[in-house]
Amino acid sequence: MHGKALPYLLLMPATLFLCVFFLYPFALVAFEAFTRDGGFTLDNFRTMAGNWKFPVAFWNTTLLAAIVVPIQLVTALLMATVVSRLETGRGAALYIFAIPLGISDLAAGLIWLAIFDQSGFLNTLLSNLGLVDRPVMFLGYQSKLTIFIAVVLAEIWRATAIMMVILVAGMGLIPREYHEAAEVFGASPWKRFVKITLPLLRPSLQTAIILRVILAFEVFAVVAALGGTNLPVLMGETYNWQFSLQDRNVAAAFALLILAISVGLTLFFLRALRVPKEARI
Amino acid sequence: MNALKTLAGAALALSIAIGGAQAQVLFWSTQARPVEETQKMRSEVLKAFNGQVDYQVAEDGPWLTRLQAELQAGSGTIGVLGGLHGDFSTVGADLVDLSGVDVGGVKLNEAYKKLGTLGTGEQKYLPWMQATFLMAANKQALQYLPAGVDLNTITYDQLIEWSKNIAENTGSPKFGFPAGPKGLKHRFFEGFLYPSYTGSMVTKFRSAEAETAWNKFKELWQFTNPNSTNYAFMQEPLLTGEVWVAFDHVARLADAFNQKPDEFVAFPAPAGPAGRGYMPVVAGVAIPKTSPDMDKAKALVAYMLKPETQIATLKATNFFPVVDVKLPDDMPASVKAFGPTITTMTGAPDALPALLPMGLGDLGGKFNQVYVDSFERIVLGGQDVHGVLEEQAAALKALIDKAKASCWAPDKPSEGACPVD
Repeated sequence: MHGKALPYLLLMPATLFLCVFFLYPFALVAFEAFTRDGGFTLDNFRTMAGNWKFPVAFWNTTLLAAIVVPIQLVTALLMATVVSRLETGRGAALYIFAIPLGISDLAAGLIWLAIFDQSGFLNTLLSNLGLVDRPVMFLGYQSKLTIFIAVVLAEIWRATAIMMVILVAGMGLIPREYHEAAEVFGASPWKRFVKITLPLLRPSLQTAIILRVILAFEVFAVVAALGGTNLPVLMGETYNWQFSLQDRNVAAAFALLILAISVGLTLFFLRALRVPKEARI
Repeated sequence: MNALKTLAGAALALSIAIGGAQAQVLFWSTQARPVEETQKMRSEVLKAFNGQVDYQVAEDGPWLTRLQAELQAGSGTIGVLGGLHGDFSTVGADLVDLSGVDVGGVKLNEAYKKLGTLGTGEQKYLPWMQATFLMAANKQALQYLPAGVDLNTITYDQLIEWSKNIAENTGSPKFGFPAGPKGLKHRFFEGFLYPSYTGSMVTKFRSAEAETAWNKFKELWQFTNPNSTNYAFMQEPLLTGEVWVAFDHVARLADAFNQKPDEFVAFPAPAGPAGRGYMPVVAGVAIPKTSPDMDKAKALVAYMLKPETQIATLKATNFFPVVDVKLPDDMPASVKAFGPTITTMTGAPDALPALLPMGLGDLGGKFNQVYVDSFERIVLGGQDVHGVLEEQAAALKALIDKAKASCWAPDKPSEGACPVD
């Protein structure tokens, strides 16, 4: 009896934790999103979608995710391959790549703000090189594109390592025999990467992409630091509705929308990168 | 036996900790938020209070969220509240009547005291300190002032011309405006631009006069440092020289004057066709119904109004006293510069005071957003003035109707919800 119950007992704390700190608040938020003054209504979603900033925020967020995640995926694959190949100094390389992970996203935003600011490092550099007469304003309201690029750069710098760490772990799981066999048959490194590493890495890729996509839709602090209100994103609007506009119901609607997008994309990637049971290592 | 001892020890420690926490009054405030000001409130203003005070600040949203949570729970740790008039209008029903508080011989500003009733028969909060918004200029800018312009009677047209002169002569726009996410831009539109052009804040929101006002502001914006959308406190760009002429709250201009007293001048807000609109800012202290130690909380409220405390508060926060008090000579440079300017502005023949929104409850944030959205769409987004005002007026009307708020100055008192023509 003891043996059978044990796994469930061990799962209990985590389950309880999830119920109290995730499911319960989630139920409350969902309730708030669909009610107003006590009655059921879809008004909150209508208010959300009808706001003039909503389409802008939605497309900014989507576009950010669509640009940042693929770039990060490629970079992370490259970094993971390099790290896996290293004979010496593997640990050191991993640590160095992972440094940005240890920095909070707001701090990361501020670091990049210090670079792009009107009196920041980039301007100092440019004017010392004699390339500009007066400081250039990179992050003004007229230069939304530069703000966007700055956010993309900051996000890539900050969050690529988390994908890399997952991929390095995944690469470690691929048995050496496959590579050795391919080498014997004369497959080029690129071919080995495409035919062996990538397919066998699918479970890790799945995890890494899902995690990263969810985080991409929750982007907030980096944008707030670099763009202020010049680049509205979904999470920023949620915050705005909750705290500036004091409307919890519409904020809850925003939160549910972000959740729906995350769940939808998670299901998509679970399906698209599915690994049949018999094909698992 | 040992376990019991440990348990008893823990219980004792816990009761001491709770006792210790209760000995302090938690002063939960939206004011004096910058770290230096918070520190001065603790180390200079509140130190002399007989009984410890834990002065904690929060932004408006979290401030209200915690307060409402305690009120809903029916018990709390917040002893005394500090906030702006608008912060209290949300929670008026849950504030203790302070009319019985013994303030000693102190003479309070009557108009502000009346505001503190929030339109009820009870003294929901007592005025604590006051401020307003002013203009500040770097003395280098004065050489470009158009001929015949007196700073004390400046108009919006003259301000535009001046800013244009500066921009053309120095090669870059040097008017500055706190349009960043944490800037107080909405107060400028509500309390300065709108009243000055329309004589109204709400009723004439989409009038022809309002369109003129926005077009004038667009004109001024051409000579405004584009970095303005990142500014929160104008004292910083004034000090770096990025900006030469600026509008902001006195507490957000003070550092410039205190650090370089000889480089800046303060002057009244400009006048428009309808008058010199300006917005007085009143902060108050209140006690929530859930306050754990009522007597001590009331003692703290009375302490905040003592003349010595008021002067200490002025030094710490740049908010002026609300009680009759003679200011000593050793005041900071900012106080010396702002005091006479405020008198000039509020005493001007065309002065048109515009109060902070009243009776909006928790819709205050959305009210501000109407003006901020109009600004972002018209000025930053370049959208059609008429169309934007039509749309924003609908939003404004909806929320005024929902709050059933009657008009406040400068709009004429209304029966029922304040109309949006």
